[in-house]
Amino acid sequence: MTTQTAEPVATRVAVPATSKAASDRIRSWGVMAARILLCGVFGLPLVFMMVSSFKPDQQIFGDLGSVNAFLPVGDISLDNYLGVFDRVPFAQFILNSVMVSVLTVILGILVNSMAAFALSRIEFRGQKVILSVILATLIVPFETLALPLLWWCNQLPYFDGSIGWLDTYAVQIVPFVANAFSLYLFYQYFDSIPRELDEAARVDGAGWFRIYRSVIMPLSGPAIATVAILTFLPAWNSYLWPLMVVQTESLRPAMVGIDYFKQMATSWGQIMAYASMITIPVLAVFIAFQRSFINSIASSGVKG
Amino acid sequence: MIPFKKIAVGLLATALTLSLGACSKGGSTSTAAAGSPADVSLWTHNAGNKAELGAIQTIVDDYNASQTKYKVNLQAFPQDSYNQSVVAAAAAKKLPCVLDIDQPNVSNWAWAGYLAPLTGMDDLLGKYMPSTVAKWNGKTYAYGYYDVALTWVARKSVLTKYGIRIPTIDAPWTAAEFADVAKKLKAGGEWTNPIDMMTGGSGEWWPYGYSPQLQSFGGDLINRTDYKTADGALNGDKAVAWAKWFAGLVNDGYMAKKSGADPQADFLNGKSALLWTGSWAGTPVRAKLADDAVFLPPIDFGNGPKVGGGSWTWGASTNCANAQGAQDYLKFAAGDKYVTKVAKDTTNIPATDAAAAAIPGYEAGGINDIFRQYSKKFTVLRPETPGYSYIATEFAKAAQDILNGAEPKATLDTAVKNIDANQAANNYFQ
Amino acid sequence: MTALDKPLRASARSARTSRRGTSVALAMLTPAALLMAVFLIVPIVLTFGLAFTNSRLISPVPAKFVLFDNFFRLFGSDTFWHSLLNTVIFAVIIVPLQSGVALGLALLVNGKFRGTNFFRTVYFLPVVTSMVVVSMLWMFLYQQDGLINVLLAKVGITGPDWLGDPRTALFAIIVMSTWQGVGFHMIVWLSGLQTIPAELYEAAAIDGANKWQQFANVTWPGLRSTRTLILITITISAFALFTQVNIMTQGGPLDATSTIVFQAVRTGFQQQQTGYASAISLVFFVLVLLVNLVQRYLTRDKEVSR
Repeated sequence: MTTQTAEPVATRVAVPATSKAASDRIRSWGVMAARILLCGVFGLPLVFMMVSSFKPDQQIFGDLGSVNAFLPVGDISLDNYLGVFDRVPFAQFILNSVMVSVLTVILGILVNSMAAFALSRIEFRGQKVILSVILATLIVPFETLALPLLWWCNQLPYFDGSIGWLDTYAVQIVPFVANAFSLYLFYQYFDSIPRELDEAARVDGAGWFRIYRSVIMPLSGPAIATVAILTFLPAWNSYLWPLMVVQTESLRPAMVGIDYFKQMATSWGQIMAYASMITIPVLAVFIAFQRSFINSIASSGVKG
Repeated sequence: MIPFKKIAVGLLATALTLSLGACSKGGSTSTAAAGSPADVSLWTHNAGNKAELGAIQTIVDDYNASQTKYKVNLQAFPQDSYNQSVVAAAAAKKLPCVLDIDQPNVSNWAWAGYLAPLTGMDDLLGKYMPSTVAKWNGKTYAYGYYDVALTWVARKSVLTKYGIRIPTIDAPWTAAEFADVAKKLKAGGEWTNPIDMMTGGSGEWWPYGYSPQLQSFGGDLINRTDYKTADGALNGDKAVAWAKWFAGLVNDGYMAKKSGADPQADFLNGKSALLWTGSWAGTPVRAKLADDAVFLPPIDFGNGPKVGGGSWTWGASTNCANAQGAQDYLKFAAGDKYVTKVAKDTTNIPATDAAAAAIPGYEAGGINDIFRQYSKKFTVLRPETPGYSYIATEFAKAAQDILNGAEPKATLDTAVKNIDANQAANNYFQ
Repeated sequence: MTALDKPLRASARSARTSRRGTSVALAMLTPAALLMAVFLIVPIVLTFGLAFTNSRLISPVPAKFVLFDNFFRLFGSDTFWHSLLNTVIFAVIIVPLQSGVALGLALLVNGKFRGTNFFRTVYFLPVVTSMVVVSMLWMFLYQQDGLINVLLAKVGITGPDWLGDPRTALFAIIVMSTWQGVGFHMIVWLSGLQTIPAELYEAAAIDGANKWQQFANVTWPGLRSTRTLILITITISAFALFTQVNIMTQGGPLDATSTIVFQAVRTGFQQQQTGYASAISLVFFVLVLLVNLVQRYLTRDKEVSR
């Protein structure tokens, strides 16, 4: 964005001064009304989820056709939540999801930022090729690779010397650490950091690794936060992969737990309760870190 | 701005500490040391289903207490994604010793070499209803504690109000009678769609729920003499008649193309008058409607009423270090005591007569006995060919397309073409 | 991809090509490169290889090479062409729709006013909610007698069976996907907006430009690089459409919502035809790669200097 200079405004239109204040006022009321209306559009489905989590199944469907669907009215109770704790090892699943997500995020930040630094700052042969290969892998959706990856993970030697990675935490984490999109975001961000800074450090005798650690990374808070969030969300929400590779219940992540409520008759109220409970931690983190969340995600768009 | 460095260092420290413990594999099957019992792993689809999981756990505990040679370890998976988990494990050659399998998949698995035949159990399993014993190529591969049956659920009061005859197992509704029932209910104006056949369902429900109606018309999913082609069975005149009837329910406004997310709740809320579902609806529906609930037999479209057969069944995998233990457990677990236990706790139809007699409701003349009668009298198993899982997906898609207005004959022809190609591509599973 | 630092780059070149630099670079690249090679490149290569075999997920018969059989079958399949068409329609509609709505939202919550953070948070809520959960919620809303139709009935419109009608199902999924993803792109636009110096607006205002003229002459040109990023990210996620379809419609009715990735998963998992599914994936990769190259060519403008 640094290169952008707006073209000069070509047209000049005289606005009658008298009506301006009044129309501005009307406009700002209108804008506020639009904002509030949109809150309904984006917030109500989640309100529905949380409200329904307190209702018995039959009432959820009875209320579907009216505004009651969004109101905590009728037979309100905590039964669904009690049911959830009764059917699912909730604490274990949340702990597993936290472990998997946090480790994926931290390792992802380290691995991708280092590679991005090398590609952005150090010149060497084959750099361009590597970058374009990485960019090309951006487009591969995970679903299409799941089966070959499953087969392959089962052939790899594991840390303890045995063969096959299935049924471990590692198989839920390691394949997702190196990520083309994260790498690309870091790369773009590093490219925007003025090179005078590392030149100065070099003059002072710093090596590449030290420049990375002491000059570039401390300046890259927004990029780190962006990558953290973009890695955290899919890791927390992962479903298909753990379904395939995790067999032991005590290693299962939270999203798979939704299936526990779909039996011959699906317990919708409990699904809503469970979904609320696994969404709330993410929401809480989001609201707590809201400012840096948004400002940092925002930074990913600064450079294109 | 968040103090990233501090947070990152803190998190990394925590995570690494945790991950030290995480490098070991879950459920790692330790090879039995001398003297200690040998491990026999067991998987079941019951995670989240307390009643059934509890019953299976009881059997496992009883078995482990009964002898010292083997120790069975239970691992539960959620049903909705169980097949995916198990197929993934099979592809990775990580199947457990003992597992439960949806009955129609048994022949596919047996053919692929994943299942070991059950030996020396013929006497025990002779007492089971045929639909609860899964066979392929003359060998027995799995047995189930229960079956389920299809049924029409209605309110007695509603049928009486509209002057509709309540059908019985010996005198089910005929096609013409059913057409009249639908017309009467629709004319009453109480329901937008008086009939709900759970057309919002997914996956296996489609062949399970609707192929019996196809069979009652005289069609079938595949030609069962040699399982080589579906031609004639799935696209003959009778199959086309079924397809037209099925689509007609939608076109005439009797049934929704896609049911709501929970048809049973809709029925109980009075949004439909007739619900095509299974015996599993018995207990919850009765809990709400008491004596007003009636569970009617399937319609006779000419070839007699039909219901699907085969539910969850237990078998042994070939990928087991202690194969003898697996067979031993399955023998132990096949006794009437456990059929009674599991069928009772799940309220499903017990597989043996002795168990039925011991479960309140399933004794002759009991409130649930009618389901057992339907099952015994009307069951047609889904085709026992390894190609079934493919046939199921093709049939489901064809039926869905037909409901949505696709030309019946052409749609069924396409399904037949695909099914035949798949059977041929696998050399007819010889 | 800014062009500003080019001169700097040239002057730094000599310092950057030391041999030590190369070895450090290799060391820093190794973890990412190794992980990508093992967990991304190998599976991709396996997929390509499997596409030419009759490999099955469950079978006692070893896989055989069948050359282009899978591709012949694929190109002769109506469902494949439907899926391809749906994927393209989805992408062609959702890319402008989602980026446009996101820009509108960003303009609405740009700047300082009471409750800025509250509104941004609410608009962002669907992004942090799992797609699995969101899809189930919208299935309820879209039901024939669901809330959307009840609201429409209040203004005298009889709503269709959104997900059950081939004419509306894909549209319904587009709306729902936009709703879910738009918050993220709103934030990306916001960042772009915040980099436009306030003085430019002041100057425009002094010149007497109205809001629309300010947007056309200051805002829009100032968002050029943001546009590229948004275009590429939405396109990639649009082509990978799967979860919503899998949960809400299973590709139906009448293939109206079947997509290429959905087809690949259905044939690979439910129908156990690994080889055929791999062929679908292969075609998919090539397709997206082409689209991507075209996009990068079209948006290359200021990057040619690199």
